[in-house]
Amino acid sequence: MNMIVRMLSYPFMQRALLVGVLVSLCAALLGVSLVLKRYSMIGDGLSHVGFGALAVASAANLAPLAVAVPVVVVTAVFLLRLSQNSRIKGDAAIAILSSSALAIGVITVSLTTGMNTEVSSYMFGSILSLSRSDTLLSVVLSLAVLLLFVLFYPRLFAVTFDETFARATGTRAELFNMLLAVLTAVTVVLGMRMMGALLISSLIIFPALSAMRVCRSFRSVVITAAALSVCCFLVGTSFSFFLETPTGASIVLANLLVFAICAIIGKK
Amino acid sequence: MILECKNLRFAYDGETVLEGVDFSLDAGNYLCIVGENGSGKSTLVKGLLGLKAPDGGSIRFGEGLKPSEIGYLPQQTQLQRDFPASVREVVLSGCLNSLGRRLHYNAADRERASMNMERMGIEELADKSYQELSGGQQQRVLLARALCATKKLLLLDEPVTGLDPIATGEMYNLIKLVNLCDGITVIMVSHDLHAAARYATHILHLGQKQLFFGSTAAYKESSFARRFLGGHRL
Repeated sequence: MNMIVRMLSYPFMQRALLVGVLVSLCAALLGVSLVLKRYSMIGDGLSHVGFGALAVASAANLAPLAVAVPVVVVTAVFLLRLSQNSRIKGDAAIAILSSSALAIGVITVSLTTGMNTEVSSYMFGSILSLSRSDTLLSVVLSLAVLLLFVLFYPRLFAVTFDETFARATGTRAELFNMLLAVLTAVTVVLGMRMMGALLISSLIIFPALSAMRVCRSFRSVVITAAALSVCCFLVGTSFSFFLETPTGASIVLANLLVFAICAIIGKK
Repeated sequence: MILECKNLRFAYDGETVLEGVDFSLDAGNYLCIVGENGSGKSTLVKGLLGLKAPDGGSIRFGEGLKPSEIGYLPQQTQLQRDFPASVREVVLSGCLNSLGRRLHYNAADRERASMNMERMGIEELADKSYQELSGGQQQRVLLARALCATKKLLLLDEPVTGLDPIATGEMYNLIKLVNLCDGITVIMVSHDLHAAARYATHILHLGQKQLFFGSTAAYKESSFARRFLGGHRL
């Protein structure tokens, strides 16, 4: 108990927990749709692009989030367009784009500041990396993501379950796919400060997969995924705080554990 | 007159895939669209739903019907078969087109979903997961969803594909029941000419153009039916 009070007494921990809980919620909600629509790899691709953008921004002394959010949003829209165009294979495009962005980021870093702790925190995440202005922007954006998800829930369900039917009944499916991609892009950028570019996609994919092992309706999958995501975040972060392990990796391991438990429960 | 197609033509990248489609339907008709693979059936379906604009001719709906108020039953994709959603959630999503500016479903929508589940005999399955159902049950769920979306016209794209003979028969009977009892016009794309001849009032035979349109009785006497069946008579 004392240790938890001590953990909460640090301002950077308060910020990290606040943003982390919100981002975990966003990632889990969006993750359900993304996994079911077979878009999981988009999240992974976006995180590498996010890394490139953050590296360039810090080399140019620009505000990291203000640069990365628009770049990643544009990439998300572009990737979505590609995966809807059957002539170009979406997964190949994602692979090319993400490794190129990673390469640009790494080259930029090595030519300017060198591989310092800041860069390492972009790759593997750090709870120390959130500044005061980052926190404010993160809170506003993640609340917007949550609000949009709740407002458009029936339409997002319809577009996820059966895009053709949704289109036929006059729903503008492209618009909601776009909404999904943009919200994902924002979530990825917000989450990667904490999780790291290499690990952020697990925040999107794991809770949805775990929830799908044990739940049978869409609503229960969404709620369970959100709850699991927040729990895993809190457990992983505390673990990382006390044992001084990297935050992102600790959260991923917590998620892996939960997934294993859910898989065993689901088998019965 | 609920639907009138005049000299419709569809093309992809400038290449015509279907032309000369010219027919009209009255309320309560049951039309089967038949033809081999690549004959333009799916293209016509997309055209009727307003998902593909015709490259010539016109589609006109009567009786106050809008394209977004067609109860559509698409071909199932693999993705849906293992989708975690309850039957109630799937059926309720058929009320999507009555949302309008509203963000969420209201009591009337839920009532309509319940009624259509009852109509399809799946009310006991309401809280079951869609992925646990048999193929026949899944199709009935999708038919209930289609009924939530329409009061006038059902458009069914190969609704019995992959079903066993018993489930196929049940599905055909349910569709005919909706057609007769509720007076809902039915348009069904089908490979199964025998079922088409048995249930439908009209037949539209496509082969990149309109080969035949008319009553089922007239179709049985036509040369197209015989050719399609390789010389056998219906």
